[in-house]
Amino acid sequence: MVREVKVKCIVCPMGCEITVTLRNNEVISIKGNRCARGAEYAREEVLEPKRVLMTVIRVRSGDLPVVSVKTSKPIPKKFIPKALEVLADLEVEAPVRVGDVVVKDLLGLGVDVVATRSVDKVERKES
Amino acid sequence: MVRELKCDLAVIGGGAAGLAAAVKARRLGVEKVVLIDSPPYVGKLLGGILPQCIHPGFGLHYFKEELTGPEFAERLVREVYDLGVEVLTESYASDLRHSGSSVEVVATSPKGIVKLTSRALIYAAGARERTAFEIGVVGYRPAGVFTAGEAQALMDLFGVMPGREVVVVGSGDVGLIMARRFALEGAKVRAVIELMPWPGGLTRNVVQCLEDFGIPLLLSSMVTKVLGKHRVEGVEVVKVNEDLKPIPGTEEVIKCDTVIIAAGIVPKVELLEEAGALVDRATGGPVVNDFLETTLRNVFAAGNALVINDLVDYAAEQGEWAAESAAYVLGGGEVPREGVKKVVLGRNVRLAVPQIITGLRDTYLYIRVRRPEENVRLVIHELGREVKLPKVRPAEMIRVFIKRDELAGVGDNKLTISIEAE
Repeated sequence: MVREVKVKCIVCPMGCEITVTLRNNEVISIKGNRCARGAEYAREEVLEPKRVLMTVIRVRSGDLPVVSVKTSKPIPKKFIPKALEVLADLEVEAPVRVGDVVVKDLLGLGVDVVATRSVDKVERKES
Repeated sequence: MVRELKCDLAVIGGGAAGLAAAVKARRLGVEKVVLIDSPPYVGKLLGGILPQCIHPGFGLHYFKEELTGPEFAERLVREVYDLGVEVLTESYASDLRHSGSSVEVVATSPKGIVKLTSRALIYAAGARERTAFEIGVVGYRPAGVFTAGEAQALMDLFGVMPGREVVVVGSGDVGLIMARRFALEGAKVRAVIELMPWPGGLTRNVVQCLEDFGIPLLLSSMVTKVLGKHRVEGVEVVKVNEDLKPIPGTEEVIKCDTVIIAAGIVPKVELLEEAGALVDRATGGPVVNDFLETTLRNVFAAGNALVINDLVDYAAEQGEWAAESAAYVLGGGEVPREGVKKVVLGRNVRLAVPQIITGLRDTYLYIRVRRPEENVRLVIHELGREVKLPKVRPAEMIRVFIKRDELAGVGDNKLTISIEAE
């Protein structure tokens, strides 16, 4: 069975409208992209869409109550709700440094969750 | 107690533009640089709006790497600290006076008042959000109405959910990104409401912030009323016609407990204006030349206080550019006021920065169009320069680089920019 899927590219601000044609769920053509990254994105978007996930998680005895985090790589969209559930229950201890891994191998996806902000321990806060 | 302080360069504002300006000025050998901003210490809260913008998409130009807002800010803050910039924390620039040879800034803080006398100033005070009242949303003032920035600070700095059922007013990138943040944290986003017939933000954000979560985007629509007395209970939404006027009979009520106003941001220029700087009505920021110097000598502007940018990278770029100019005048360089070219806005051009070209240095031109078009050319008439553009949209700033050599032989006292059909 041949089907066409239209994909709006999110790689850059151009927002190309890309048409991906599949036969029996195999990509047979990609049209409308202006660059190679666009073609790769469209292929992945049709077969297994992925996104970088960002959220905040709770911090104990930090100078801010939460620390912002992101996945080190895009994760499949279908795992996002599950991933958020895991992260909602998580609490870490201050201090946290930018780049610290707060969850290793999230849901077995081979992707880490890393801190994107530093949060200091409250006792060390000076002004 | 008033403390008196002298410096070579004062920077008002510690967002991307101000931080990049302070760093660059120190690198160029400007001795004493003082930066004024409000966070309580030189740490994670410095960086303007960046620390609360926890999504990726920052820094591709400036750091050649995709970062989140707080990561971008922390890198610059570390440099500011390492390079010995003096930061006046918890401080608010409350007065600015300009005389021929120097600038006087009064910085007010809980620790007292600092009277700063500087040889040059970079004004990078950023922008403020437009409020519900500015976009004609009336009704009671129940709890649950926030600007996008307020909601973002609550969620992403302080871990507080502002509400559970949300309507976002405005589909610029900020509105789209906040819709996604709410959806990710488990809130129900009922709709994003946009006055214009097209989305305000980038297509990529419509896709990854709305379509990913099945959030409806209501175009050609406006919120006319917030319902509810103690807490928001809903909004009244109406369709608008081509003149953006409400069409009677199209009113509908969307139930929600939270309204997020993402109606755009405007440059904060009050202080500059009071000091006598000329303001451009099109940008809302000061009129500057290709040194990013305002009409006040040795006073430069950068970032969203100059013009609303799409990318933090451009704000940082302007900060560095203003710092180069400051270093130039502090080293005895002259910025000409005579024999300059005025930038004239032609067909489908809403704004352009800088507004004045001395031709003494290479320059970027930042341009915004009035309405979307496809397959057009950007024409700079006096230079005979043409740039083909497959797509132009008001949401996307066009940035053109002009070399000083290109301007050398041009006799006209103006540069006319227009968007022309192919």
